[in-house]
Amino acid sequence: MTPATRSETSAKDFASDQDVRWCPGCGDYAILKGVQKTLADVGASTENTVFVSGIGCAARFPYYMSTYGFHTIHGRAPALATGLKLANPDLDVWVVTGDGDALSIGGNHTLHVLRRNVDLQILLFNNEIYGLTKGQASPTSRRGTVTPSTPRGSFSNPVHPASFAIGAGARFVARGIDINLKLLTEVLKAAHEHRGASFVEIFQNCIVFNDGCFSEFTDKAHAGSMQLVVENGKPLRFGPDGNRGLRFNPRSWKLETVDVGPDGVAVEDLVVHDETNRALALLLAELQPPDAPMALGVLYRDPAESYHEAMLAGVPAAGASLSDLLRTGKTWTVEG
Amino acid sequence: MSRSQLPQTTPGSNGGPRTGRQVRDSVVVRFAGDSGDGMQTAGAQFGIEAALSGRDISTFPDYPAEIRAPAGTTYGVSAFQVHFGSQDVKTAGDELDVLVALNPAALKVNLGDLGLGGTIVVDRGAFTDRNLKKAGYETSPLEDNSLAPYVLISLDITALTLRAVEPFELSQKDAIRCRNMWALGLALWMFDGDKDATIEWVANKFSGQGGVADANVAAINAGNAFGETAEMPSIAAGWTVDPANLDQGLYRTVSGTEALAWGLTSGLAASGLERMIFASYPITPASNLLHALAKLRSHGVVTFQAEDEIAAACAAIGASYGGALGVTSSSGPGVALKGEAIGLAVGTELPLIVVNSQRAGPSTGMPTKTEQADLFQALYGRNSDAPVAVLAPATPTDCFEVGREAVRIATTFMTPVFVLTDAYLSSAAEPWRIPDVDALPDFPVTFRTDPDGYHPFIRDPDTLARPWVRPGTPGLEHRIGGIERDAETGNISYDPENHDRMTRTRAERIERIAQFIPAQTVDAGSESGALAVVGWGSTYGAISKAVERCRADGLAVSHVHLRWLSPFPHNLAELLGGFDRLIVPEVNAGQLVHVLRARLGLRADGLNRVTGRPFRIREIESVIRAALEEES
Ligand code: SF4
Repeated sequence: MTPATRSETSAKDFASDQDVRWCPGCGDYAILKGVQKTLADVGASTENTVFVSGIGCAARFPYYMSTYGFHTIHGRAPALATGLKLANPDLDVWVVTGDGDALSIGGNHTLHVLRRNVDLQILLFNNEIYGLTKGQASPTSRRGTVTPSTPRGSFSNPVHPASFAIGAGARFVARGIDINLKLLTEVLKAAHEHRGASFVEIFQNCIVFNDGCFSEFTDKAHAGSMQLVVENGKPLRFGPDGNRGLRFNPRSWKLETVDVGPDGVAVEDLVVHDETNRALALLLAELQPPDAPMALGVLYRDPAESYHEAMLAGVPAAGASLSDLLRTGKTWTVEG
Repeated sequence: MSRSQLPQTTPGSNGGPRTGRQVRDSVVVRFAGDSGDGMQTAGAQFGIEAALSGRDISTFPDYPAEIRAPAGTTYGVSAFQVHFGSQDVKTAGDELDVLVALNPAALKVNLGDLGLGGTIVVDRGAFTDRNLKKAGYETSPLEDNSLAPYVLISLDITALTLRAVEPFELSQKDAIRCRNMWALGLALWMFDGDKDATIEWVANKFSGQGGVADANVAAINAGNAFGETAEMPSIAAGWTVDPANLDQGLYRTVSGTEALAWGLTSGLAASGLERMIFASYPITPASNLLHALAKLRSHGVVTFQAEDEIAAACAAIGASYGGALGVTSSSGPGVALKGEAIGLAVGTELPLIVVNSQRAGPSTGMPTKTEQADLFQALYGRNSDAPVAVLAPATPTDCFEVGREAVRIATTFMTPVFVLTDAYLSSAAEPWRIPDVDALPDFPVTFRTDPDGYHPFIRDPDTLARPWVRPGTPGLEHRIGGIERDAETGNISYDPENHDRMTRTRAERIERIAQFIPAQTVDAGSESGALAVVGWGSTYGAISKAVERCRADGLAVSHVHLRWLSPFPHNLAELLGGFDRLIVPEVNAGQLVHVLRARLGLRADGLNRVTGRPFRIREIESVIRAALEEES
């Protein structure tokens, strides 16, 4: 991110004049609102902000923003954004992508943009399905998912975006949910504040092709018991009254869900979240309902030098005479 | 040299003590050995010495695709060819006058290129049973009389080298590695060459490596002295090649790769842009451009080795979108991968330079061998109607001018520009009169900053280019992308008529470039007549020499060489229409000839050879002569 200050802006100032064309009820609407609110809250400027996207439902995002925007080609937004950031490091660049875009056709670029630590906010709208092409299985679809392209159920194991990002060397990995605006804006602000690549997986409901695929932890009825919003320095505790928690089992090397309280374990025995602990982040990212809660919030944050800082250090603006350069090495004079 | 001229013998007429030297206009020498034998080094140094002594030169390395193939095998042979002369040297030479072969495999692979009566220098010490077998020889060619048509100088270079470097107590391996310098020393003697620059270079290169530098110098001196002290068989008294009549000025040698790197960088400076982002993925033979540009950070060049070809193209497009000069480079297979991204740059109308160092294909083909077969790919290799500008340098030095021109056109017209170089051009080198770069014209870019009346696809009435806006500019926030854009607002549009209009506008914008480039001229010969040979790219040298020879014999033939392949210069149809017959030599199965027929409605005949090597002068010359005989 790049700090930019401006006189008061509101979320509305970040909306373009184009009609939003997602299906009614699509989770993308809520995310759009969350992003616009975040930009207003952090005092971003429209001129200094760029949204870059690939292809898919999520990728229409830039058209709905009043900032600069580039809707590119399938899977390649991270690569394009890398070039943009090298050309113009003062820009605040956001990449909006989906599960197919980022992890199937663009998986390679997602890997490399993260390991290079390019200073971008990368928002992956995970709906576990291909929406724009009408409902085929995606790389995050669970095994057995029946779609027109997988009539006998998908035989591929899903990739977990947050685990992938941590494995790729991301220094900031967080999770949010489309319908939880408060959590989403908190996570987006943290991502914006982070220097380097910030990877945010957002669980997004595709009402048309995969409705309710996250309901076991997003439905109001289960949210309390199935969502663990992590906070740095705080015990990993969840449940209606904080009556559940995570304890590290050194024999299985896993986080196990335990009851907290007089009949269960003491709070002191729970794992305390340390957002700079990469091993812990991976354990959190791997937790899957219904056996465990879904870990949300900032799972991992450990800043390091970002790519453009290293790449551009000491590069002056062009324009120096090439005269000396062309005379390096052996030269000789031919007399007339 | 022309084969029709018989070598003369002069009795020490050039004032030196050496007698019996033949005087020649030009000579072609090839150094060949195993890929670990240092042939590239020996050849390159030989070329530099020839150039420093005032000869015109053209050099060409020929190295195997394998990095270190098993020693002694034919597929591990590496060679470096030097053509130098007292006249305009325009190609690396049709056939060899001298072949230096440091092992049997090198002899086997290269003998076919040696002219009858040519000279072979071999290291007899390397013609062991084992090496002969590895090279596939049943009997030793040094003994079975099979080399009778040539002048054979058989020397135990291995033993002579070991003796020369003995005082420096190198390991056996390091000592043997000095063979290339011994052979170089001998070759320099054979051609009356100086060795000072080479000795200076060796001292620099191996400084701090103890005896290695001294041993290499000793090897050069020993090889040189071997010739000098008349230990050479009398038949090989050496050759004298007079200096060439080059224009006055300061010179250096330059390869096509270096010239292109510097041309792009000079173009960057001329454009006034702050930065070039050069994004590419390693591929033979294009990687050298990445290496050359990686050294130019102090000139605002940032090189990005991307994760793949697609990412390289996309990063370059992102850079251009951000207001820098985006350049990507590859060879045919990589350019194929970049196709969709280049289409994005066509649709969003962003400057982008795509360098294709063409190599023999399809698919992996022959990665180190040259070809001109990606013209169709550059012109048409994308989905839908996606016109781009295409230009091709003719010679290594021409790459400089073409690099600048690519920057000018990409930034003026907001378009992708292809530069079609090839494996030959990128590694071939020749002398270059260093231009006064500071006096070359600028073509400054103006970014739009005025919000009044702005939308991203309003156009300059002359160039039809849309305005270039750097993100970060207040009041000009806009969205662009791969979806078709409305001509009147720049917003996304699925309107049928708008798509038709935008498709035509994209094509018209490329055609407009023809108003901003020089008219096509005739390189040699008259502006109309019985026959023109029409070429593009690296066939320049061979066509030019072939036409020159035919014209010297009074034949009416002209040479027209195209730098611009899209758009064609505005007068091209008219100019070519003035000839009764057109012959189009290409190192492909017939691409430009097809386009000339299809786009300009001209009758033209192809001359096509696809051997992975440049044309020979005489291949073109004989076709010209035959064509003119048919006429008469
Ligand atoms: S298909 Fe699904 S993801 Fe796409 S817009 Fe409709 S609801 Fe949203």
